[in-house]
Amino acid sequence: MNFLPNVIFAIILFIGIGFFVKNIRKLKRNIYLGKDANISGDSKTRWKNMARIALGQSKMVSRPISGILHIIVYIGFVIINIEVLEIIIDGLFGTHRIFSGIGSLYGVLIGTFEILAALVFIAVVIFWFRRNVVKIKRFLSSEMKGWPKLDGNLILYFEIVLMGLFILMNATDAEFQSMNSGNVISQFFAPMFEGYNIHLIERVAWWMHIIGILIFLNYLYYSKHLHILLAFPNTYFGNLNPKGQFNNLEAVTNEVKLMMDPNVDPFAATADDASVPDKFGASDVQDLNKIQLLNAYSCTECGRCTSECPANQTGKKLSPRKIMMDTRDRLVEVGRNIDANKGTFVDDGKQLLGDYITNEELWACTSCNACVEACPISIDPLSIILEMRRYLVMEQSAAPMELNTMMSNIENNGAPWPYNQMDRLNWKNE
Amino acid sequence: MSDVLKVPTMAEFMAQGKQPEVLFWVGCAGSFDDRAKKITKAFVKLLHKAEVDFAVLGAEESCTGDPAKRAGNEFLFQMQAVTNIEVLNAYEVKKIVTACPHCFNTLKNEYPSLGGDYQVMHHTQFLKSLLDEGRLTIEGGKFTGKRITFHDPCYLGRANDVYEAPRDLIKKLDAELVEMKNCRKKGLCCGAGGAQMFKDAEPGNKEVNIERTEQAMETKPQIIAAGCPFCNTMMTDGVKNKAEGQIEVMDVAELIANANDL
Ligand code: SF4
Ligand code: SF4
Repeated sequence: MNFLPNVIFAIILFIGIGFFVKNIRKLKRNIYLGKDANISGDSKTRWKNMARIALGQSKMVSRPISGILHIIVYIGFVIINIEVLEIIIDGLFGTHRIFSGIGSLYGVLIGTFEILAALVFIAVVIFWFRRNVVKIKRFLSSEMKGWPKLDGNLILYFEIVLMGLFILMNATDAEFQSMNSGNVISQFFAPMFEGYNIHLIERVAWWMHIIGILIFLNYLYYSKHLHILLAFPNTYFGNLNPKGQFNNLEAVTNEVKLMMDPNVDPFAATADDASVPDKFGASDVQDLNKIQLLNAYSCTECGRCTSECPANQTGKKLSPRKIMMDTRDRLVEVGRNIDANKGTFVDDGKQLLGDYITNEELWACTSCNACVEACPISIDPLSIILEMRRYLVMEQSAAPMELNTMMSNIENNGAPWPYNQMDRLNWKNE
Repeated sequence: MSDVLKVPTMAEFMAQGKQPEVLFWVGCAGSFDDRAKKITKAFVKLLHKAEVDFAVLGAEESCTGDPAKRAGNEFLFQMQAVTNIEVLNAYEVKKIVTACPHCFNTLKNEYPSLGGDYQVMHHTQFLKSLLDEGRLTIEGGKFTGKRITFHDPCYLGRANDVYEAPRDLIKKLDAELVEMKNCRKKGLCCGAGGAQMFKDAEPGNKEVNIERTEQAMETKPQIIAAGCPFCNTMMTDGVKNKAEGQIEVMDVAELIANANDL
C-alpha cells in the first residue's frame, strides 16, 4: 500500500507527458504540411542567432519595461524548473527533498528559487495590469478580442497559482523550515499556518504544484504560450539574407528561361512536370513553406509587429500579427480536419485567403520590413503577405486596377509610367 | 544656359573599346519623374566633380522589376531581370551605383541568383567612398548650421542595413543632424514601398506620408534629407500638406551638390 502515491504519481506523469508528446507530434505533422523551405546560410550563424535572440532575449529589451519584466518571468520559469526535477524524483521514489542531501548549497538553490518566484509573481501582476487596466494599444486590436485575450490572462493566472503553490509548499514544510536555510520568502508565510495540519497542506500544495505544471505543459499546445518552446527553432530558422531580398521563384525562372531562350525545345521541357508547381503563390496554408508555418505556431501575439506597421498605424485593416494568427488558426483547422478524416484532408470549402485574410489587408502592405525588424523571435509576416499577393496576381489576375496599369507599363515600355523607353536619357538635355 | 550635361552611355564606351569605372543605374524615377531628375543631375555633377569615369545605359536601361515583384508579379519581375542582366553582362559591367534604394536592393540581392552578379552601391555609399578616397570634398556652404533630419528609406535601411553613409555625408556639411524618434532600424516607411507608389492607399484614417512628415516635423528641421526618389516624392507631398514653404525636402546628393555650388 505504501507504494500507492508513487504509482499514482507515475501514472499522472505518464499521462501528462504522453498527452503532450502526442500533441507535439500533431504540431509537427501540421508544420510538415508546408512546402520545403530554402534554408541558406551556415548553421553556425543560426545557432548564434538562437542563443542571442531566443536564449538571450536580445530583442525583447527594445521595449525596456515589458522586456525586463519578460526576462524576469523567463529566467524564473527556466530556473525554477530545476525544482520540478526534484519533485519528479521525490514523487517517483517516495523520497522527500532528495536534493537536500547536497548540504548548504541546497539552501542557496531553494533560496534563489524563492526569490525568483516572488519576482515572477510581481512581474506577472504588472503584466496583468498592463493587459487589463492600462490601455496599451497593441493589446486592444480587434484580433485580440475573445480567446487571444483570455489566453493571455490565463497564462498569467497559471503563473500566479504555480508560484503561490511553490511558496506555500515550502512554507508548510516543517522540516524545510527548521533547516532555516533557503526559506528566504517562505519563512514569512510559515507562521500563518501555525495550528493547522501543515503536513496535509504541504502535501496538497505539492501535488497541486506538479499537477499544475503538467496541465500548464499541455495547455501550451492550445496557446500562444507555445512560443516558450518554438521560439528556439524559430530563431534558428530565421532569415539570414538581407531583409529586402525576396526569394526568386524557381518555377518562374524555368519558364522565363524557356521563353527567352530560342534554343530550348519547349516540348522537351514539359516532360519535366515536377518542376512546374500546381499553383503560384499561396491561397492556403499548404502553399506556404514549413518555416512560415512554424512562424505561425511560434507567434507570441505580442503585437510589436503591428504597432510598428505603417499601414496599421494609419488605420488600415492590415495587422501583421493578425496575418500570423490567421495562418495559425487556419493551420489548426486544417489539422483538425485531417484528424477527423483519418489522416487525409477533405476539402472544407475554405482557405486562408478570403476566409481569414482579405485582399484589402494584403494590398495595404508597403513591404517596409518594420514588422520583421520588430519581431522578438524572428518571424517574417511579410513573406506570407508576398506569397499571397503572388497568388492574387499570377493565379487570379486580381491586382488593384492601378497596379495592373503599372505592370502593363513595365511590360510595354520598361517603366511603371507610360513613358517611352527611348526617352530614358532625355533628362540630360532638359 | 550651357546646362547640357555630359552623360556618356555604355554603348559609347564600348565603341571606343573602353570600360567605365562604374555604371550609373538611373532608374525609372530618376529618368522620368520631374523631381527625381533633379537628383539624377545633382549626382551626375558630383560624379564629374570627382572625375569619376562613369556611364549610363540610356535607352538600354529598363525597369529592374522591383514594383512588379513586390506587387506579386514574379513573371514580370524575372522577365525584366533577365533582360537587364543580358544587357549588363554583355557590357561586362562589374560595378553599379544607383540613387534609388529599390533598384539598389533588387540589383544587389535579387539579380545574383538569376545570373547578374555585380558590386552594387547606393549613391550615398559611393559618395562616401569618394570622400574617403579624397576624390570628393564636401563643403557646408549654405547648409552650415542648418537643422537637417534624415529619413531612412526602408530599402536602404532595414532592408540592407545601410544607416551611416548618408548620415556621414550630412555631417560633413557642418549641418546639425537631428534624428527623428523613429530612425534607423525603427524608421517609419514613407508609404511608397511595395508598389504603393502606384496606387491609392486602402481605407484608413491617415496617409502614411503625413504621419511620417509629422514625425519629421517634431525635430523642427529646416531640411528633410532623403535618399530615395520615392521617399522624396512622399515627403514633399507631406510637407506641402503640413508645412508648405517652411521645410525643404532634398536628396543627400542635392545637398552636397548645392553646397558645392554645382
Ligand atoms: S512590411 Fe507590410 S505588414 Fe510589415 S510592417 Fe511593413 S507594411 Fe506592415
Ligand atoms: S509576429 Fe512577432 S512581433 Fe508580431 S505578434 Fe507575433 S511574435 Fe509578436
